[in-house]
Amino acid sequence: MIYFNNPQALMKLVLSMQDGLITTLTIFASTLLFSIPLGMVVALLRMNRRRIVSIPISLYILVMRGTPLMLQIFAIYFAIPTLTGQNLDRLSATILAFSLNYAAYFAEIFRGGMMSIPVGQREASQVLGFTKAQTFFHITLPQVCKRVLLPVSNEVITLVKDTSLANIIAVAELFRAAKNEASRTASVEPLFVAGLFYLLMNGVVTLVFSHLGRRMAYYKD
Amino acid sequence: MLQAIDIKKRFGDNEVLKGVTMRVSRGEVVAVIGRSGSGKSTLLRCLNHLETIDSGSILIGGQAMVTTGEGGKPQYLRERDLRGLCLKMGLVFQDYNLFPHYSVLKNLTAPQQLVLRRSPQDAEQTAMLLLEKVGLAEKAREYPCNLSGGQCQRVAIARALAMDPEILCFDEPTSALDPQLTQEVLAVIRQLAREKRTMIVVTHEMNFARDVADRVIYMENGLIVEDGPAHQILGDERSAAIRAFTGDRAD
Repeated sequence: MIYFNNPQALMKLVLSMQDGLITTLTIFASTLLFSIPLGMVVALLRMNRRRIVSIPISLYILVMRGTPLMLQIFAIYFAIPTLTGQNLDRLSATILAFSLNYAAYFAEIFRGGMMSIPVGQREASQVLGFTKAQTFFHITLPQVCKRVLLPVSNEVITLVKDTSLANIIAVAELFRAAKNEASRTASVEPLFVAGLFYLLMNGVVTLVFSHLGRRMAYYKD
Repeated sequence: MLQAIDIKKRFGDNEVLKGVTMRVSRGEVVAVIGRSGSGKSTLLRCLNHLETIDSGSILIGGQAMVTTGEGGKPQYLRERDLRGLCLKMGLVFQDYNLFPHYSVLKNLTAPQQLVLRRSPQDAEQTAMLLLEKVGLAEKAREYPCNLSGGQCQRVAIARALAMDPEILCFDEPTSALDPQLTQEVLAVIRQLAREKRTMIVVTHEMNFARDVADRVIYMENGLIVEDGPAHQILGDERSAAIRAFTGDRAD
């Protein structure tokens, strides 16, 4: 043991992983920021009655859910510069891949949530004179949020751990920092420390979601 | 007030309305009765534009919501005008369709504010008056999930009234309720009838139809078979078809 019996060395290790942690949190937060709204748009397009819209969207969802995220990160990092001539830095490529991938999962969760709202809610809104947009934002969406909370919390917890995949294109996130440290010192202890960080982050995610759950418990449907 | 001319509607191979013509005058209470599947709910849904018709015309307050020319497709008003015109109609559903995430009060105020652009104060004042009228003012802060079915339906009636419809429609408003809760809802509708509100009530409550309606329409297989004053259609002189429907012997 190098670290676990030496508080000072452990402290140094934790501090050395600080930048990695920040990168991990950046991937995490950016992915949520982009993939949740995108997922909502994808869900709505997927439910579009015109097949010319819904079929390509179905294909997109199939590819995103049907191939490894690791492969998608590679593909975006290497393909985009070739296709567009634009250079994409590693972190941006990672966030783009994660956002596209998670949007597909969120889209299916949102679609399920929207289909579970009784059609009577939309009919009542229409009879009361609501526009389609008013019905969506005031009636459907708030009820969908409550219904999708649990499956969304699953995805968010998975996302925390999936950020470690970014290390395959050498993004200096938490897992890579731990791995580097582990090979430098020929010890697995840094990996365990990284594991504790992921656990800690998901502890916070769990707390946030149970808080949201309580806040939405004011009505039953 | 309301006129429907030769309305036809089919779902796939099933022609649910085979040419229905009816009119409702101001202040009139019309009960629509008939077996399940006779097309009475579909008719009401067409009048409220929850279903689009295949042909025919519907006029509300003299203005055409939809017309059909010779052999052509039905022509509906443009989306915006259609929404405005449909506001003259109110509809109370069988299963209430209250908004579960809104309090009772907000169920009444939100549509007024969003659609009629009333101020929060005006909307709340209207809402409280109407809740008082249906006897639920003390439930204003509750959520629908904490109310009984009868209370929910009374809130739904108040919500429809808050939009000041010229014609209020009811789609089997008591079918989801037990006899006691049915009575409290019927009492509210009776009160509205006394106030000379124009109403169309699709119902299975024969006693209610006889007592409250000015006119009764009896439907069978997508057609109006009888249309006349309630005391005539449901009274002692009622026809064999009505007798068969209401379950007494046609002797």
